Amino acid sequence: MRNNQRSSQKKLQRKKHWYDYLWIWTIIYFALGFFNILFAWLGMIDFLVPLIIAVCGGGKFFCNHCCGRGQLLNLLGTKGKLSRNRTTPRWMSSKAFRYGFLAFFLIMFANMVWNTYLVGAGASSLREAIKLFWTFRVPWSWAYHGSTFPDWVAQYSFGFYSIMLTSTLIGLIVMALYKPRTWCTFCPMGTMTPEYLQAERRRETLIRKKEGEELVRFAIIGISYSGGNAEDLHSEFPPCPGTASRFPHFGSSGAYE
Amino acid sequence: MEKDTNKKRRKRKKASVDTGRCVGCGACESVCPKAAVKVWKGCYAKADEALCVGCGKCAGTCPAGCIEMKEVEHDAE
Repeated sequence: MRNNQRSSQKKLQRKKHWYDYLWIWTIIYFALGFFNILFAWLGMIDFLVPLIIAVCGGGKFFCNHCCGRGQLLNLLGTKGKLSRNRTTPRWMSSKAFRYGFLAFFLIMFANMVWNTYLVGAGASSLREAIKLFWTFRVPWSWAYHGSTFPDWVAQYSFGFYSIMLTSTLIGLIVMALYKPRTWCTFCPMGTMTPEYLQAERRRETLIRKKEGEELVRFAIIGISYSGGNAEDLHSEFPPCPGTASRFPHFGSSGAYE
Repeated sequence: MEKDTNKKRRKRKKASVDTGRCVGCGACESVCPKAAVKVWKGCYAKADEALCVGCGKCAGTCPAGCIEMKEVEHDAE
């Protein structure tokens, strides 16, 4: 009995790939930020790669397979049992909240870039601190020992690390309150899918609608036609062009098989 | 046609996605043991009824709560 259970459990286990271990990268990234803030620049990989993949036609491959943060939240929530696993409120995955959060996130990002510019232009001095939840200033001077790079490089590091840490903390809070990957429902990177994907989505909906109309047409014909065989039905009511390929059960002749 | 009606029908639970609410995060795809759920072109998840074994892992893990396990009738083997 136990052997049977084990074998069925094994059958339901997913094959692991190299990218299933990218949660380690997230831990390394935050750990490096404690020693030298300049490592925060490595976070640009997580920022740019999803966009590059999406623009190159890979869709949300990054979100689906390579997101270290999502994997870490999933791991802590499921294996670490740190999540209450409650249903996420519907408003969190609503378009209004997702796009609203994206707008807020981008404004704060622009603000961070502006601060970096001010330091670069000499109008402002370097602030060796990070801002949590865009509000609380936490001294972080131990992680910056000076460098050959100009001050704006360090300022950007502090700002970027603040954003990464804040978003992870929000992710951890919603993980604990709701489902492990609740953060993914309103993650700005996930919301920032290029517009062409949305266009694809609309096209697919349109095709489905048309297919539905075709099916209704065939159903009406099927009901109203009484007598003869499928070939007769086909000769009397020829199928619309392209219908046969979309409805394999109608066969190449267009008749129901 | 007669053969079809005489066939035994069985009810089984299969994953069903509310595509309108799906955010395409891929959490379901990463837990599905049979690769029955996939994110279509990064837009939304699609469940393949033929591959789905009805384990419910995807529904349990979906953060947006847009996957439901629905009873579907199918021919008995």
